[in-house]
Amino acid sequence: MFIKLFYTLRTYGVPVSTRELLDLNAALDQGLMMQPHPENPELSTFASREDMYRLIRLCMVKDERHFDKFDRAMADYFEGVDSLDMDELLAKLTDIPKEWLDLKLDPKNLTEEQRRLLKKYGSLEELMKALEERLKEQKERHQGGSKWVGTGGTSPFGAYGDHPEGVRVGGESRKRSAAKVWEQRKYRNLDDDNQLGTRQIQMALRNLRQFARTGSADELDIHETIKRTAKKGVLDIHMQAERRNRVKVLMLFDVGGSMDVHVEALEKLFSAAKNEFKTLEFFYFHNCLYDYVWKDNNRRHSAPMPTYELLNTYGREYRVIFVGDASMSPYELMTVGGSVEYMNNEAGIVWLKRVLAHFDKVAWLNPENPAYWNYTQTIVEIKKLFDNKMYPMTLHGVEEMTNYLAR
Amino acid sequence: MSTTDKTKKSFTGTQNYIATDDLQLAVNAAMTLQKPLLIKGEPGTGKTLLAEEVAESLGMPLITWHIKSTTKAEQGLYEYDAVSRLRDSQLGDDKVYEIGNYIKPGKLWEAFTSSERSVLLIDEIDKADIEFPNDLLHELDKMSFYVYETGETITAEQRPVVIITSNNEKELPDAFLRRCFFHYIDFPEEDTMRRIIEVHFPNIQEKLVNDALDIFYKLRNIQGLKKPPSTSELVDWLTLLLADDMAQNELEENLRGEKSIPPLYGALLKNEADVSLLQRFANMMRR
Repeated sequence: MFIKLFYTLRTYGVPVSTRELLDLNAALDQGLMMQPHPENPELSTFASREDMYRLIRLCMVKDERHFDKFDRAMADYFEGVDSLDMDELLAKLTDIPKEWLDLKLDPKNLTEEQRRLLKKYGSLEELMKALEERLKEQKERHQGGSKWVGTGGTSPFGAYGDHPEGVRVGGESRKRSAAKVWEQRKYRNLDDDNQLGTRQIQMALRNLRQFARTGSADELDIHETIKRTAKKGVLDIHMQAERRNRVKVLMLFDVGGSMDVHVEALEKLFSAAKNEFKTLEFFYFHNCLYDYVWKDNNRRHSAPMPTYELLNTYGREYRVIFVGDASMSPYELMTVGGSVEYMNNEAGIVWLKRVLAHFDKVAWLNPENPAYWNYTQTIVEIKKLFDNKMYPMTLHGVEEMTNYLAR
Repeated sequence: MSTTDKTKKSFTGTQNYIATDDLQLAVNAAMTLQKPLLIKGEPGTGKTLLAEEVAESLGMPLITWHIKSTTKAEQGLYEYDAVSRLRDSQLGDDKVYEIGNYIKPGKLWEAFTSSERSVLLIDEIDKADIEFPNDLLHELDKMSFYVYETGETITAEQRPVVIITSNNEKELPDAFLRRCFFHYIDFPEEDTMRRIIEVHFPNIQEKLVNDALDIFYKLRNIQGLKKPPSTSELVDWLTLLLADDMAQNELEENLRGEKSIPPLYGALLKNEADVSLLQRFANMMRR
C-alpha cells in the first residue's frame, strides 16, 4: 500500500527508503489514522485529510529541509497533475489577453524553462494548442475568476518548476477555494535549494560550524590517557582532535553593482562564523581580480593593497573563497587593459591562476542561478579554471563547498 | 501491542502545555510503534518541556539526559571508574575484588531497568560530537547493551518512550534519523498562542492579550532580526506587563502610534543589534 506515493516522494527528492514505507504501513495497522466516529464513539472512522497528511509526513520525512518537497509530492500524488505550478499558473492566465501570450513565446528568445516545456510538447504549435485547451477548461471550472497577483513581469512559463513567485500565486488562490494543507507551502523557506536569504543564515552557519570543527587528532587527551592507563596498568597515550580548529579562511568579494545585495548577507554570515575559525579575512575586488584588492567595502576610501602582498602574507594552508557572479565582458578576464576601471598590465585570468597556484584549496561561490551559468562565457571559463569548484549560493551549495574545503 | 485496547493511554497535552494536533499524533505514534521521537523547532517553542509534560500526562517517571559537547555515547550506558579502583587497590580495600562496584549506571541503563515504563529525554543531541548518534544506534534499536567489564547484558523489560530534541546545530546522520520519527514544532499560530497565554495567565484581560499579540507578531515580521522573539519571551514579557500598570498604558500609546518602541522591549529582544534595528525601524515608521 502507498507504493505509488512512495515513488512519487522519491521523484520529488524526499529521501525515503523501504523502512519508512514499512513504518507507514505499521502505523496504519495500529489504527493511528483512525479516530472515533463523531456520531457513534464505539466505532472508528478514517481521520481527516489533515491527519493523513500528518501521519504520512511523520513516517516519511526525517528533516524539515524536505518538507517543501514533500508538500509538492503530496499535491502531485493527490491531484494527479504533472506539476502544481502549471495548473495554478493557467488559472491565472484566463485573465491575460492572448496577444500578450504570443509576444512572450517568441521562438528565437526562449528562456531555459520555455525550452524545456517546448521539448515536452514537441513543437510550438502543439504547446499553444495544449495551452488553449487548458485555458478553455479553466474558464469553465473557475467561473469566479481569480485575482491576478503580480509576479513582477515574469514570462508565463517562468513559473514552471520551482520558481517561487509562481507558486506563491497559486498558493493564495487555492486557499480561497479549497484549502489543502500541502498547498499552503508553509515550508518553502526551509528548502535548502533556495537562494540564501538573511533567514537562512543560521542554517548556513550550521554548515560552516561543521567545517570549523574537524581536525586531525594531534592533541594529548589527558583525561582519556589517565583513564586508559588506569584500566590497563601500563601507560596508554590517547590523542584527540583539537576542538577549535586551525582552519584559516580568506574571502575575496566581488563588489559593485549586482553583487552589493549579496555581499551584505554573506558578510553577516561569515562574520557570525568568525568565532569558529582561527582567522577570517575579507578582501574586495571589482568584477575580476587584478593587481590590487581593497580592505574596505567602500573602496574609494581605503588604500588598495597589491595582490602580490596578499599572496605573500597568507600561506598556502589558507582556504580561499571567491564570492562573485563571475560575469564580466570576456575582455576584462582575458586581455591586458581589459579592465573597465584602469589600465591593468596583466589579464585578470593571470591573477586568478596565480592565486590558484599559491593556495592549496580555492573555491568560488556564485549567487547566480546555476541553470544560467552556461550562458555566460566568463562563468564557464572561470569554472573550468577552478576545476569545477564553483558552487551556487544556496544552502546545498555552501554545504558542498565546505565539504570540499574541509577535506 | 493490542490495537483493540480502548483504555490505551494517549497524549493530549496537559493543563499547562498546549499540544497541537500534529504533535499529539507524533507522540502517540512514537509510543505505539515504539520508535524514538526526534523533535526540532525554533528555540523557545517547548521542545524540552514536551518530554516533561508527556511524562506527567501519562504518569510515567522522567529520566533526563542533558547532552554536552563533551558527552560520549558510552556515558549514557555506564561508566567504569578505573581510577577509583586503582586507588582502592593501593589502599588495600576489599571492594576491588568485585568489578561491579565500580560500574556506574548511565541514563539509558536507568531507563532500561526502571520498574515501570519511563520517558527518556535525550536533550540537545546535536551538541555532542557528530559520531554520537551513530554510537547509540544499536542500543536504541534493540534496547539492550552489553557490559564488557562484568559480562552481563542489560535489556529493557519495557521499552522507554524516547524523546530526543535537537537545536539543528549539526546534521544528524541518516542511519540515526531512519530509526526515529521526526516532528518539527512550528511556531504557534495566533489561536494556539492565545491558548498558551491563557494557560499561563488565567485571568488576563482580553484587551491586553490582543494588544500584546499585535505587537508581538509585528516584531516577528521585521526582516533581519537576529533572534526573533519566541513563545518563552512572550510569556516573560506578559509577566512583566502584568506587574507594571504604567507599562500597560505605554502599550496602548505604542499601538496608537504615540510611542515608537513598545515598553519593556528588553524582554522580547535580547540582542543589541536587534534593538538598534527596531529603533531604526520605529523612526522610519514615524516619518
